[in-house]
Amino acid sequence: MIIRIKLYAALGKYLPDGAVKNEADMEVAIGTTPEVAFTSLNVPLEQCHLVLINGLFVPPPERATRTLANGDHLAAWPPVAGGVR
Amino acid sequence: MAWARNLLRVDLSKGTSTNEPLNMEWAQKYLGQRGLATKYFVEEVDPKVDPLSPKNKLIMTTGPLTGTSASTAGRYSVVTKGALTGAIACSNSGGFFGNELKNAGYDMIIFEGKAEKPVYLMVENDSVQILDAAEFWGASVWDTEEGIKTKHGDPLIRVASIGVSGEQGVKFACIVNDMDRAAGRSGVGTVMGSKNLKAVAVRGTLGVAVDDSKSFMAAAAAGKEVLAGNAVTGEGLPAFGTQVLMNVINETGALPTHNHRDVQFEGANNISAEAMAEPRESDGKPNLVTNQACFGCTIACGRVSTIDRNHFSVKDRPEYHKASGGLEYEAAWALGAATGVDDLDALTFANFICNEQGIDPISFGATVGAAMEMYEDGVISTKDTGGIELNFGNAEALCSLAELTGKGEGFGAEIGLGSKLLCEKHGKPELSMSVKGQEFPAYDSRGIQGMGLTYATSNRGACHLRSYTVASEVLGIPEKTDPLETDGKAGLVKAFQDATAAFDSAGLCIFTSFAWTLDDVAPQLDAACEGEWSTDKLLEVGERIWNLERQFNMAAGFTGKDDNLPARLVKDAAKTGPAEGKTNGLGKMLPEYYEVRGWTGDGVPSNETLDRLSL
Ligand code: SF4
Repeated sequence: MIIRIKLYAALGKYLPDGAVKNEADMEVAIGTTPEVAFTSLNVPLEQCHLVLINGLFVPPPERATRTLANGDHLAAWPPVAGGVR
Repeated sequence: MAWARNLLRVDLSKGTSTNEPLNMEWAQKYLGQRGLATKYFVEEVDPKVDPLSPKNKLIMTTGPLTGTSASTAGRYSVVTKGALTGAIACSNSGGFFGNELKNAGYDMIIFEGKAEKPVYLMVENDSVQILDAAEFWGASVWDTEEGIKTKHGDPLIRVASIGVSGEQGVKFACIVNDMDRAAGRSGVGTVMGSKNLKAVAVRGTLGVAVDDSKSFMAAAAAGKEVLAGNAVTGEGLPAFGTQVLMNVINETGALPTHNHRDVQFEGANNISAEAMAEPRESDGKPNLVTNQACFGCTIACGRVSTIDRNHFSVKDRPEYHKASGGLEYEAAWALGAATGVDDLDALTFANFICNEQGIDPISFGATVGAAMEMYEDGVISTKDTGGIELNFGNAEALCSLAELTGKGEGFGAEIGLGSKLLCEKHGKPELSMSVKGQEFPAYDSRGIQGMGLTYATSNRGACHLRSYTVASEVLGIPEKTDPLETDGKAGLVKAFQDATAAFDSAGLCIFTSFAWTLDDVAPQLDAACEGEWSTDKLLEVGERIWNLERQFNMAAGFTGKDDNLPARLVKDAAKTGPAEGKTNGLGKMLPEYYEVRGWTGDGVPSNETLDRLSL
């Protein structure tokens, strides 16, 4: 399935090739969680503070358990924009 | 100490100035800056006064920490009855002016009356002169500041002045100091213009003493360590500025777009902090040149930007080719998302003009957004706009209106009325996205519920700087709350309002509160000032200030009915994003808020509350 990954501020450097304006489509396996998606792009998990799926906040404990659905937008910011870890 | 214990009273009608000892009893109850100047203002000014009459007063005021070595301690505020709102106004500015005023030996300057002809005030420590400003009347802020420094042969003079907008009565004129720092909101510059006061120039060399310098050094250093170690104040704000919020708030579905018709903006990522750092296609240079700091600030959130020399706004206008004050989030939102313009250089140009001519970019951009909606709805046409095609997204229209409004000319004079009067004039009051006449800043309260209550109850009209619940609801500071929930927001808003009033009265920048709580501020104040300054006392001072401002507004004619939001936000649901289908739940939050405030069901502070706060 395809999700839209959005990485902002200093996390931008982990975006896959072909990303435009801090976002890219990304093929992931069914059952992928935010942490799995971040790890596959080598984004250090401790740098993911503000994490949103379709704009809704994902609390830290759920980042390893919530599964993404086809078409979901997964966005992350490092601690510079606040957020909690 | 920390206070200079001295204020300057300038009677512009008589052309006199006198020194007065600061009321230290009031200082213990209202701290300084916002709180203490409001106390003076409320004691001295009839609440029903016309903001533009000579009977209105205007106070430029510092806090006890202003001019000390505490981080960000260079702030000053302007307190008056706002020209845009008719409510109590208090606009806070950074830069270096506040520090200079304090170092000249003054806690505040109270301006009364109206000068017969344009004047400026020149203060050099205890030498105070009211001087003829004929040569500067009609000049921009930038030319006035340069002109005064050149005339007096001293580049170290600090100047706070108004542009042509303030002379012309543009309702949201600001007072700009140090070229690009502004006491921006509520039309404080309009009041200054109505007094024929073009500028205040200050040179101060007396120093600022603190009560216990050893403890103060330690407390200030501890505070700086907290700021440096915090990711938002230590890394985020210096690297990205407040503009890091553009994509956050858009993703959260709370970025008011097209005059609040929408809550997400397609072009948000073209006008964000990330976009400012990207090399431009045309000249390979990024918009952002560097960051900059106000006096004594260890955060340095300020932006310095350039515009592509070939951009339509500055082509063949070399005076705008040099680096100048760049976009911060609220300005980028108002000039951009509110108007549907996603051309970063156009926004930067409009922002330069706002600084140069002294207009509040929030009220300006939001009013242009309202005018664009009226234009698209056929309520106004090119006949009204002087030929400007005012469709959403028109970058050229935005840039020309910035210049026209800055000078109060053509359709710019209409924009200069502010959205409330402009929309009323055209029979569409519901299209003004404002509270108490002041335009919203950059957060849609359908997607961030607490901000609806913040705006509705703000004493100076819609404002994010009175209670920034975005910190909690979106960023998780100090703890995460759900932005789509109304539960618990009444208490949250009250807590933010009271704490903010204390920060604003200390001489500090509110951005420290991303890392500091009042627990970090109290030891600095306690060491610097006489008296005991604990967190609890500061919270009480904050609450007292809030209620004092409220009392002034009620005496000025506002009632609980003015604690309201435009129908669009409480009736029309958000169309996209996480808040899709939601309106703001003000109806539920407001009675809860009155209760936690200890106010009656009509929003009047109860006698018990007033007694408790010794008001
Ligand atoms: S944080 Fe920004 S606005 Fe506040 S004092 Fe520092 S540079 Fe100025």
